Amino acid sequence: MTDTTAPLTTADGRPLKAALAAAQSRARRKAFFLVAPLLLFVVVTFIIPIGQMLQRSVYHDGFSKEALNLAAWFDANPEGTAPDEAAFAALAADLRQMKDNKSAGEAGTRINYTVPGTRSLFTSSARGADKLEPPFKEALLAQDKKWGDPLIWSAMRAASSPWTSDFYLIATDRARTADGGIEQVPEKERIYIWLFAKTFVLSALITGICLLLAFPIAHLLATLPMARANLLMILVLLPFWTSLLVRTTSWIVLLQGQGVVNNILVSLGLVSDDGRITMIYNQTGTIIVMTHILLPFMVLPLYSVMRTIKPSYARAARSLGATSWTTFRRIYLPQTLPGIGAGALLVFILAVGYYITPALVGGADGQLISNLIQFHMSKSNWSLAAALSGMLLLGVLLLYWLYDRLVGIDKLKLG
Amino acid sequence: MALPVYADPLERAWYYAYHVICTAIFIFLIAPILIVMPLSFNAEPYFTFTQKMLTFDPEGYSMRWYDLLLTFGMVAPDAARDGSWWADVWQNATWVKAAKNSIIIGFWSTIVATVLGTLAALGLSRSEMPFRRIIMAVLISPMIVPIIIIATGLFFFYSNPCSIIGTECGRLTSTYTGVVLAHATLGIPFVIITVTATLIGFDQSLSRAAASLGASPSRTFFKVVLPLILPGVISGALFAFVTSFDEVVAVLFIAGPEQQTIPRQMWNGIREAISPAILSVATILVIISIALLATVELLRRRSERIRGVTPQ
Amino acid sequence: MKKLLAVSTALTAIAAPALADVTVMSWGGSYATSQVEAYIKPYTAETGVKVNMVDADNPATPVKAMVEANNVTVDIADVEYADAIRLCDEGMLEEIDPAMLPPAPDGTPATEDFLPGALTDCAVSTIVFSTVFAYDTSKFPEGPKSIADFFDLEKFPGKRAMRKGAKANLEMALMADGVPAADVYATLETPEGVDRAFATLDKIKKDTIWWEAGAQPPQLLADGEVAMTTAYNGRIFAAAVTEGKPFAVVWDGQVYEYDLFVIPKGAPNLEEAKKFLAFATDTQRLADQAKWISYGPARKSSGALVGLFMDGKTEMGPHMPTSAENLTNALPSSYEFWVDRDSELNERFNAWLAAN
Repeated sequence: MTDTTAPLTTADGRPLKAALAAAQSRARRKAFFLVAPLLLFVVVTFIIPIGQMLQRSVYHDGFSKEALNLAAWFDANPEGTAPDEAAFAALAADLRQMKDNKSAGEAGTRINYTVPGTRSLFTSSARGADKLEPPFKEALLAQDKKWGDPLIWSAMRAASSPWTSDFYLIATDRARTADGGIEQVPEKERIYIWLFAKTFVLSALITGICLLLAFPIAHLLATLPMARANLLMILVLLPFWTSLLVRTTSWIVLLQGQGVVNNILVSLGLVSDDGRITMIYNQTGTIIVMTHILLPFMVLPLYSVMRTIKPSYARAARSLGATSWTTFRRIYLPQTLPGIGAGALLVFILAVGYYITPALVGGADGQLISNLIQFHMSKSNWSLAAALSGMLLLGVLLLYWLYDRLVGIDKLKLG
Repeated sequence: MALPVYADPLERAWYYAYHVICTAIFIFLIAPILIVMPLSFNAEPYFTFTQKMLTFDPEGYSMRWYDLLLTFGMVAPDAARDGSWWADVWQNATWVKAAKNSIIIGFWSTIVATVLGTLAALGLSRSEMPFRRIIMAVLISPMIVPIIIIATGLFFFYSNPCSIIGTECGRLTSTYTGVVLAHATLGIPFVIITVTATLIGFDQSLSRAAASLGASPSRTFFKVVLPLILPGVISGALFAFVTSFDEVVAVLFIAGPEQQTIPRQMWNGIREAISPAILSVATILVIISIALLATVELLRRRSERIRGVTPQ
Repeated sequence: MKKLLAVSTALTAIAAPALADVTVMSWGGSYATSQVEAYIKPYTAETGVKVNMVDADNPATPVKAMVEANNVTVDIADVEYADAIRLCDEGMLEEIDPAMLPPAPDGTPATEDFLPGALTDCAVSTIVFSTVFAYDTSKFPEGPKSIADFFDLEKFPGKRAMRKGAKANLEMALMADGVPAADVYATLETPEGVDRAFATLDKIKKDTIWWEAGAQPPQLLADGEVAMTTAYNGRIFAAAVTEGKPFAVVWDGQVYEYDLFVIPKGAPNLEEAKKFLAFATDTQRLADQAKWISYGPARKSSGALVGLFMDGKTEMGPHMPTSAENLTNALPSSYEFWVDRDSELNERFNAWLAAN
């Protein structure tokens, strides 16, 4: 524009470098302002609600706000101190408070989470709290000898602060011992770790079946002429667009004891009328229906990768003497890996958090961790539901991060 | 994929087996969706094909379950079918109410998701966008996070939404607004994905040309950019609508008795007593999805044509 | 677009509910129908107040969630005894003064007219219902006679269905294993007793479908999905008598308890709710309900008024949980036990259920 010795300037005389930087930052601001409304919306309707919910997994004031005297005693006396008369006096004062506030049930429920069978200890003792006379230790023990149980005192100590790790302990099948240690719960009561493991194993199994089913048809679609491929693609996309509940209903109709499949088998004489196969309301049902629902999520990324693979490589391999199996294994399969990775991760992520299908067709043994979260929600054990949600969310976000690293979120495609 | 001429007998056998396998998988995909259609015309309250249906005896078929969709929940279902009967249907029939709710909620959540999502996609597709990757990850996450976690969070949040600014201001549970906002959040990832995909093929020099010719940014957007990306926007909107139209968990958690949608009603039906009436709803929904799918496919082709992208 | 907006706005206007004056939450199905027929229709006819009925699997669950989230949309809920006590303890229910309840026709005050324990601080019993087991008579012409038969797959092959939850199942399992009804709860207090109950349940676990809503068991029987199921006795009665299904109830080992009306704290129409509650629990209304479903009224004075089923020919007496011949081996459900043990035993039940 001007001579080369002077610094470059724009037409109005500003240095070009500064002008460019200003334009650049203006462009950045503009881009950001376009995104800002949605970002704000998602933060308010999505991030904050989940954050608030997760807070409940470590915060429960049902006992602590009613037991101020006990909290003071626990603060003054270290872990392991046997409850003395002062402790029982504090307990008696708190029980009287609970009776006045009608909150013994709530406080008892909080302790009941960690020591089952103690809820009524609080409600019944609070009912008689006005009649308690010193010495309180004898009076309370006379009312119910359970008050002498060190386990209850340890649980009350843990619950006297609203911030607690109790719910994560429960969610990992562990419990506090009387001396403040931590141990696994008896084997018959362990469920959460096992169910998490089962959820992951079932999800992996479903992902595997989806891959097995998706690979051949994605390959077929990718190698057919475009017009015919588009036609067949409808068979993949229609389920994708069809309501989840419709598909679940259809499978119930097909698979139930008196359903279409069993009727066909009976009329063909393959099974007897009494020997109808149970294919639904159990784990098998969950696997079949979830495979069907998630299959399109596997076919689509596989297809888009396979479409780009040039057939000339395979032909070259064949002409150099490779068998068709070797050609597939050494030439074709490696080229489809990005599609396999993308599809498998997506299907796995979606499967891990599935709720509706297991709830409707899972029966007893086909339930996943989401169903248990719902169960605790419905029982108003919100802190435990939040703790389980927190653990599930952590797993899903790790997988999501992995997906972003390996595949890239912007590669996500729909149809 | 034609069979190459040099194929040996084993490969020939495999070639045919492969086609059989593919056919079976396609049947697995599509049969469950089609099976409900004939069964919804069953004259008997069963979920299997009766003898009369198999022999195509007209007596084996009837419209009774479709009729039940209208009459169920009516005040006077047996009255003469005149104007006031239809008014009764419109006002009181359970499934009609559910359909109205589904459409209202679907419509508004689609509007919210599409407007905000398209704006954001425009920003995200600019190379100058700061923190592009992380913001994209956040905006897509409603699709990834298990719905049960989202619904649980919303249940608490909606009972006192103003808790974030430390006050109280009523609640959003059992309100249309609450359900609409939740469904909009769930629909946003779909809008972002489809619109950004359309924008990848968008030639930015077109909007620069418009600007250099003196068009204001909003004029550039409405006259140049929007017409070109419109197919993507509409596809995204349809995805968002279907997401809302099919959503049941959030409705279970946060909706009140007045916001019962079609999926919510189906959920009840499937869990308690699946009458063939559910199958007639399912049939109607399948027909709607076929229509939506056809629309999206047409849009996709149109979009490829006007952007000059040749189909691969 | 404008046109669409206008249409949608119009839809919103039409879909806006005609506000009901009282909302009752109950258990759905034929039980809810009986309440609509016996309480709601006469109430609306007499007062002109509209009463809305909402269904839930177990109304206590949403009520607790509603009160805790400060989000109450129902005025009256129909709950089980243990839940009524628990919710009341937690201050989630309005207290109900028995003086507001109408006396019996002969002037006996409500406090004496209701069966023992039927009135609590926060709840008024309406009926006595029972969890029994029922079977398909077309499958077993020589039907099962005792609760032990339900757990005997050799003598009576076929699928079973039970409620998904610990309550009533554990009691029935113990009675089937030979524990006398009087000792059931004492046995369940011990860890060995609980193990024993689960061991009995183990015998049929592989062949059992688990139901959640009271409307499911008759449906499962009707569809032929199961041969025997536990169920609320009234649901089986309704299906057998009104729909002519071949179902029979076995009363041996039944677990019976009260069902109660409660008013959640923060009910939107408290005064109307109280008026409706007083109306619905008077002598005639409770007796009328037996016309629609085989549950026993909770008032002594209603007993004499119970007559025929609405079909005009079925005598209700033998179908009631409380009639003498059905009580030979029956267990009154213990709310004291379940208030304390509910969460623990359900936890254990879930663990047991999820394990293969």
